[in-house]
Amino acid sequence: MSRRAPRLDPGGTDLPVLLPAADHLQRRAVRERELGAAVPRLDWRHGAVLLAGLLVSAGLAQAQSGEGQEPVLEVIVRWLPVLLEGFLFNIVISFLAMAFGTLVGTWLGLMQISLLLPVRTGSWIVTQFFRNAPWLVLLFYCMFLLPFEFTIGSLTIPFPDWLKATIGLSLPVLANVSEIVRGAVNSIPSGQWEASESLAFNRRQILWMIILPQCVKRMLPPWMNLYAILTMATVLASVVGVSEMMTQAGRVLAAEDRPGLLIPIYSFVLLCFFVYCYPIARWTVALERRFQVKL
Amino acid sequence: MAWTPDQPIVSCKEVHKAFGAVEVLKGVSLDVAKGETICVIGPSGSGKSTLLRCINALVPINSGSITVEGQEVHDPKLDKLALRRKVGMVFQQYNLFPHKSALQNVMMAPVTVLKQDKAEVEQRAYRLLKKVRLEGKEQAYPGELSGGQQQRVAIARALAMNPDVMLFDEVTAALDPETVKEVLLTIRELAEEGMTCLLVTHEMGFAREIADMIYFTDRGVIVESGPPKDFFASAKDPRTKEFLSQIL
Repeated sequence: MSRRAPRLDPGGTDLPVLLPAADHLQRRAVRERELGAAVPRLDWRHGAVLLAGLLVSAGLAQAQSGEGQEPVLEVIVRWLPVLLEGFLFNIVISFLAMAFGTLVGTWLGLMQISLLLPVRTGSWIVTQFFRNAPWLVLLFYCMFLLPFEFTIGSLTIPFPDWLKATIGLSLPVLANVSEIVRGAVNSIPSGQWEASESLAFNRRQILWMIILPQCVKRMLPPWMNLYAILTMATVLASVVGVSEMMTQAGRVLAAEDRPGLLIPIYSFVLLCFFVYCYPIARWTVALERRFQVKL
Repeated sequence: MAWTPDQPIVSCKEVHKAFGAVEVLKGVSLDVAKGETICVIGPSGSGKSTLLRCINALVPINSGSITVEGQEVHDPKLDKLALRRKVGMVFQQYNLFPHKSALQNVMMAPVTVLKQDKAEVEQRAYRLLKKVRLEGKEQAYPGELSGGQQQRVAIARALAMNPDVMLFDEVTAALDPETVKEVLLTIRELAEEGMTCLLVTHEMGFAREIADMIYFTDRGVIVESGPPKDFFASAKDPRTKEFLSQIL
């Protein structure tokens, strides 16, 4: 009780209607202060809706299936390791594609603000091309254009499909990161450039020591947003035969050969992605709100 | 031709500057002797700030010449970084680095640009912050300081480079009347210590007190100039008279 923030006396205000919200916000502020960070606004009800969808569809499938058949939920539990293994693969692909995309995209973004016209134009074209191309088409291009192995001298390095898919997915990511970086650098007030120029910093020093550190904060929310979108897009890899969760779900359905399982299994896939991506999205919103106040 | 301290430290001759079709400076000439404090006054848009930015080579000029310690500022071969070490500048919007503490703001340039010893720079930074009356605020971030305090950090930051000339671009324009005093006091002390100062200001009372010379600009030219006593008492040009009658 001692931790509780001081409460307004309900009788002491002309706006008693606002009190519950004020109280809630105050508690939240106390929690954030203790944590020293923004608290994502997670609402269990949002996830519960999806879970309910899964259960209802499972129930329906159960009701429609003949007697003596295994309960739907048991089927899902039995296949859980296979499905989750696929999901883990999705996450691995998303991590790698994001890491590669961020690394290359940051350089591409910096090239977009280069003082040299050819560098600027070149990186702009690359960025615009990959940003405005359908993800699936880029994925197909990578699948069919990249060789299945590299031979350096006598050494042969295999180049598996999932790696090609990762590269394919990282192309739109790097283009988007490039735009995020360019936008963030341009959003820093020109006074920062003027002040650092007047202090005899050279362009490289200004960029790395003064401008970019200020950009990180601004880039974080859109970057996390992009990551959530990428994670959801990793299921595209199923189209080109990578054993991620969608592919695994298809295999499970083929093995079970029960049409009634279709909706429950895909609902489960949905639920997995939701549980993973929703907190990221909420955290992004929380960060955005926080930075908005501070800037 | 080597520069000697008895020659003007900053010398502008027939400086022209246009932004696109808009001519901002139409032949501005002025000389500043070492240790002198000059104030440039005039209505908004008359090119005062642009003039200061030209002296620091932040914006290029179209024609004419500006020299600092005998060096042509707009010579393409000039080492701009070398020039900027000699000329410190303070801006209307402070432009402190928000992700660095007051102390780091002051230390950054000497350590990274001049490659000076960190411990020695730190000592100097403490001294400079004390000089601008910000003792105890060394670890504060710009967001935690008032406008007047931020502006004084900005002054200390410029001084940390040991410049020979200081440019002040309407440094009190964004401050409330209370904090203006603190900043003006700091500038006055600097001027009294013999720092060469060029001020663009709207603080007429202050200009009258500390300036050795006042320049009045209007529409890109210097209309009138003189020591403050004569300037304020007996302005001759009708434009100056009108401006002063509005302000005083």
